[in-house]
Amino acid sequence: MFKKLSLAAAALALSASASFAATEVTWWHAMGGELGKKLEEVATKFNESQSEYKVVPVYKGTYPETLTAAIAAFRANQQPAIVQVFEVGTGTMMAAKGAVYPVYKLMKDEGEAFDTKSFLAPVVGYYSDTSGNILSLPFNSSTPIMYYNKDVFKKAGLDPEVAPKTWKEVEEFSKKIVSSGAAKCGFTSAWITWVQTENLSALHDKPFGTLANGFGGTSAEFKFNGDLQIKHWANLKKWQDEGLFKYGGPVGGDQAATMFYAQECAITMNSSAGRAGVINNAKTFTPGFAPLPYYDDEIKQPKNSIIGGATLWVLNGKDKATYKGVAKFFSYLSKPEVQADWHQFTGYLPITNAAYDLGKSQGYYAKNPGSDISIEQITRGTPSDNSKGLRFGNFTQVRTIVDEEFQSLLAGKKDAKQALDSAVERGNKLLREFEAAN
Amino acid sequence: METKKTTFNNRLLPYLLLAPQLFITLVFFIWPAGQAVKSSFEREDPFGLSTSFVGLLHYQRLLVDPNYLDALIRTGVFAVAVTALSMLLGLAFAAAVDRLTRTGRIYTTLLVWPYAVAPVVAGVLWWFLFNSTTGLMPFVLERFGIDWDHDLNGTQAMILIIIAAAWKQISYNFLFFLAGLQSVPQSLMEAAAIDGSGPVKRFFTIALPLLSPTTFFLFIINVNYTMFDTFPIVDATTVGGPAQATTTLVYKVYQDGYLGLNIGSSSAQSVLLMLIVMVLTFVQFRYVERRVQY
Repeated sequence: MFKKLSLAAAALALSASASFAATEVTWWHAMGGELGKKLEEVATKFNESQSEYKVVPVYKGTYPETLTAAIAAFRANQQPAIVQVFEVGTGTMMAAKGAVYPVYKLMKDEGEAFDTKSFLAPVVGYYSDTSGNILSLPFNSSTPIMYYNKDVFKKAGLDPEVAPKTWKEVEEFSKKIVSSGAAKCGFTSAWITWVQTENLSALHDKPFGTLANGFGGTSAEFKFNGDLQIKHWANLKKWQDEGLFKYGGPVGGDQAATMFYAQECAITMNSSAGRAGVINNAKTFTPGFAPLPYYDDEIKQPKNSIIGGATLWVLNGKDKATYKGVAKFFSYLSKPEVQADWHQFTGYLPITNAAYDLGKSQGYYAKNPGSDISIEQITRGTPSDNSKGLRFGNFTQVRTIVDEEFQSLLAGKKDAKQALDSAVERGNKLLREFEAAN
Repeated sequence: METKKTTFNNRLLPYLLLAPQLFITLVFFIWPAGQAVKSSFEREDPFGLSTSFVGLLHYQRLLVDPNYLDALIRTGVFAVAVTALSMLLGLAFAAAVDRLTRTGRIYTTLLVWPYAVAPVVAGVLWWFLFNSTTGLMPFVLERFGIDWDHDLNGTQAMILIIIAAAWKQISYNFLFFLAGLQSVPQSLMEAAAIDGSGPVKRFFTIALPLLSPTTFFLFIINVNYTMFDTFPIVDATTVGGPAQATTTLVYKVYQDGYLGLNIGSSSAQSVLLMLIVMVLTFVQFRYVERRVQY
């Protein structure tokens, strides 16, 4: 009875607002704060640009919450037309063939121009099926970069214009910073899983899992307990003991940003989408931007980094008119000026080559030094099977496991090899579970 | 106690009067619980596109899963610690306020305040106080040579959630204990005082035994509270970490079902949690109640 009542109320509200008979397209997203406002602005501008369709963005909380809400809604047949899903949820969405309307198919069915080649290659690679078809529309993609405090560098007697390139330099610089008293800690990092494990593997062309990091099918297994990863984790533990490295906390590692803003740590590594936050918070110091460091004894030319962020998935079960609206909206979103505006405001990557070129011709990158580091880092070289991206089921939980094992390492309960072996073993169990359920 | 027996002429009326309550129980408890039992025997993809019956597989896996068994023990430790701490402090405050004549009301109001705080806010509050970078407590503790970092130290993380969870519950316990103490017959106390027993002795030999029904009631409420209602506190402070050091049973249900979308295993865990609480409540009523004087 409650359901009927609320449905009636909803229908009433709909009929009142839809007096122009504009087809509503609901869009569930996970962008809070400034990003959320910007996203609503994008939707409003689209709505103003035409009168047939009305995109209604609805904020559903964090990424996992949004995904879960969309899934629950799908099961109850109340799903939105578009849902924003973070990159870790990609495996889950791809496996849900009956629930998802692939974007390449939607655009073809609705006769909208959609050229895979116009998108940045690493972004497309992450969200395409094995035959190269894009399954979800890249919207906000980011990649981790390094941020450093130029003032602290100066105080420590370092050249503020030279960021550490390799991990060896990160260690040397950090030692100078700590011993000179310029800052309490050398470096910290957000997202231990994404930055110090997944991207570390990609950068050094080392597999994170078998079958091309899971792109080849759900029977893939994790392999991130290789020598490189063990070496890096052991180093992080060593540097923590020496006071050079400070842990920023689990999952996104929110403490990393806090410690960087408070000038407690001179260097942090975080998503390129953290750029706006750094600029806003670095009131008393000048921030510098640089690519992620690498081990020069492991690889001479580091590979491209891999992406994070989210894409827009279209869910099945809506009528033709709604999908027409979705297709129009996606075409609008892919426009260079819309993309460039979003990219420049948020620090997310420009999704299309055209948006990147537009930014260049506007002189944006010249005016904002460091803003193109993420793009250069993600597009350098030719992506290999190890740097194309990751595609594993149950990956949200796997990340939790990696976090837990890293904590065991830092707490001294396990050494790097034990921690990574255990993470791989526990992760593989989840992969088998996923394989069996799908 | 004698109760007057009421008879209804209309046979339907009692059922009609019960209907709203039954309806709510049915819709909000029996139905979802039934769904949980059903899906605990199934393996299903998150979208519900393919479902297969797997029997007791999820239960079998859970009962040999060291992570699950650890969470079980951890929940026990957490429940006992929070219940003991919040009841003892609640009782202590109640005994103190009971002796006040004029300012009692003010203290009562102040002591009840934390109960009005939403659990998640309570969690955030303590998280701020104990934040290793910006918090006040680590700064103070450093003077005593304690290096506080609940992001890495599991024991400290557990202490943090115990404090946060107990703090919120003290008010509740305090109110009930205070009401209990105030209903202790004054004549008994006076008689004992005339017989020469001091306030401490009076408290332990008269007030405390008379409080036992309240204590028993609060014990059940508190255990249930720590089992089910502490989710927001864990979620707002430690997110179950570090390395699962604060992953209680209810938090694991959320992690596996909500974040991991493993509905089968998560349902099996809720069913087990439900059984545990049922058994606990049964044991409490069956055995503990016998020793309680009313």
